[in-house]
Amino acid sequence: MLKRLNFPGDMRIREEFNAWLFVLPTALGLLIFQLFPVLFSLYVSFTNWNLITPPKWLGFQNYRDLFTIDPFFVSTLRNTVLYAVGTVSFSLFFAILVALLLNQQLKGKEFFRAVFFLPVVLPTASAALAWTWMYDANAGIINSFLKLLGLAPIPWLVNTNYALWALIIEAIWASLGFNTIIFLAGLQNISKDYYEAASIDGANAWQKFVNITLPLLSPTTFFVLVTSIINAVQIFDLPFIMTGGGPANATQTIVMYIYSNAFRLQRMGLASAVGYMVFIVILGLTYLNFKFEKKWVFYEEAV
Amino acid sequence: MIVARSRMVRFSKQALNYVLLVVLAFIVLFPILWLVSSAFKTPAQQYEWPPRFLPSPIYLGNFASLFKVMPMPIYLMNTLVIAVFSVIGMCISSSLAAFAIARMNFHGRNVLFAMLMMTLMIPYAITMIPSFFIFTRLKWIDTFLPLIVPNFFGGAFMIFLLRQAYRSIPQEMMDAAQLDGASYFKIYWLIFIPLTIPIMVTVALLTFLWSWNDLLGPLIYLNDPQLYTVQRGLSQLTGRSGTGIDRRGIIMAGSLLGMLPMLVIYLFGQRYFIQGLTRSGSKG
Repeated sequence: MLKRLNFPGDMRIREEFNAWLFVLPTALGLLIFQLFPVLFSLYVSFTNWNLITPPKWLGFQNYRDLFTIDPFFVSTLRNTVLYAVGTVSFSLFFAILVALLLNQQLKGKEFFRAVFFLPVVLPTASAALAWTWMYDANAGIINSFLKLLGLAPIPWLVNTNYALWALIIEAIWASLGFNTIIFLAGLQNISKDYYEAASIDGANAWQKFVNITLPLLSPTTFFVLVTSIINAVQIFDLPFIMTGGGPANATQTIVMYIYSNAFRLQRMGLASAVGYMVFIVILGLTYLNFKFEKKWVFYEEAV
Repeated sequence: MIVARSRMVRFSKQALNYVLLVVLAFIVLFPILWLVSSAFKTPAQQYEWPPRFLPSPIYLGNFASLFKVMPMPIYLMNTLVIAVFSVIGMCISSSLAAFAIARMNFHGRNVLFAMLMMTLMIPYAITMIPSFFIFTRLKWIDTFLPLIVPNFFGGAFMIFLLRQAYRSIPQEMMDAAQLDGASYFKIYWLIFIPLTIPIMVTVALLTFLWSWNDLLGPLIYLNDPQLYTVQRGLSQLTGRSGTGIDRRGIIMAGSLLGMLPMLVIYLFGQRYFIQGLTRSGSKG
């Protein structure tokens, strides 16, 4: 056992030794589960590898094949981008709306907050199965309501034109609460003084929203935008459960593509190449986040 | 007159606000209510028009049929084992690392913390193949180990949360303990851990949430149906089900069991979830 040491030098060494003991598991985890994978998958992305025989060096061929030979990759990319744009834009719009509704003196505010946030914590598998049932073309509750309103039923998950939109609607539902809470925090940071000053000047509610709320909310909006895009481009569970990527690959997404290439077709090299492209997109978005945060985002102090 | 009118306007504005919120809350809750209701309906009631929310009689046959199709109790147990051990591992290793990073001086501290924060940008999409390679070599496929063990090596976001909490504890407390000859571990265990229980609860709940809801991990590492987690088992239901009429209730019964633990925990700990998740920037 270490007994109490009085020399400053010894104490320094004891502190150093103890600290490294404390961070040892984390430091090892960083090396084994983060650094090694990042470097190793970069290497694998330049090879042809089935996990059993040794990897064969291909250079940039995997990256080239994705855009030239593989018939599905470009459509997968398109689906993912469409999904991300649809989900993120609508989710942000509704989240600001709900946050504005909640940002008042209200009884039961906590209750509403909890309700809107609930879908965020539920397992995607359970929620996706519930939505699959609601989307059922013949007997689903959504089509039943459409019929009641005199509208034609929509073949939600079985038609290539609607399947991706069906997923987008589910994803908006699932992410709304998360974005709402962040917007609500952003709204609460805006000083009441601005609104009072604007009232004295005779501004109406819309003018206040456009000239005060939106500009001062922009750091929050930017943060939500970037994190939402980063999450959306990695979507997997939802299409995996609801459509399996179908019909006719209309809901195939990038991470599903990586999963099936790696673990069903044993094409580790190709899958790693796609993974690296996702990584680069995320790095780019994060870089934009840091860079533009300071430039165009309107901070309160700058007013 | 004017005062009365503006009061009326304010009142009707607030009423409108409430109406909108109630409608939106109902839309958000609807899929969950519909799931619960469908789980307790007979096959014939699933297709009734007008639909009824409260099934009568409350039919439990879906759960009986579900247990014939898949061993749900085993799946629940498997998931619980994985989630509990993940929580234990994550809480121990992350808090130790966070304590050292927050309150101790050592070479490489800032580099280590910066690198940890950078790993938050690394998507699972690129770590999953090398990890699979490691766990294949260790012959850990078809065991729970690939889903549990990484948690014993800490998590960057959890360390971030804990570090912030540990930094807020006054230095005098640490100095006093050190004058009394307390070891660093004692200071960590007897001062820092007890004073930051809420953050530890957040870390535990988030780890539980991510572990319980995980689908991709179990898909990659668990092939033996006896080892399936709930989400892995549920994903199997869609594949086999098609749109067969009497399967609806069974699938909803399974989905209900799959989300029930999260629903119950959320009921008691929603504060921790909301605060923790909104800081992480990522959904469950």
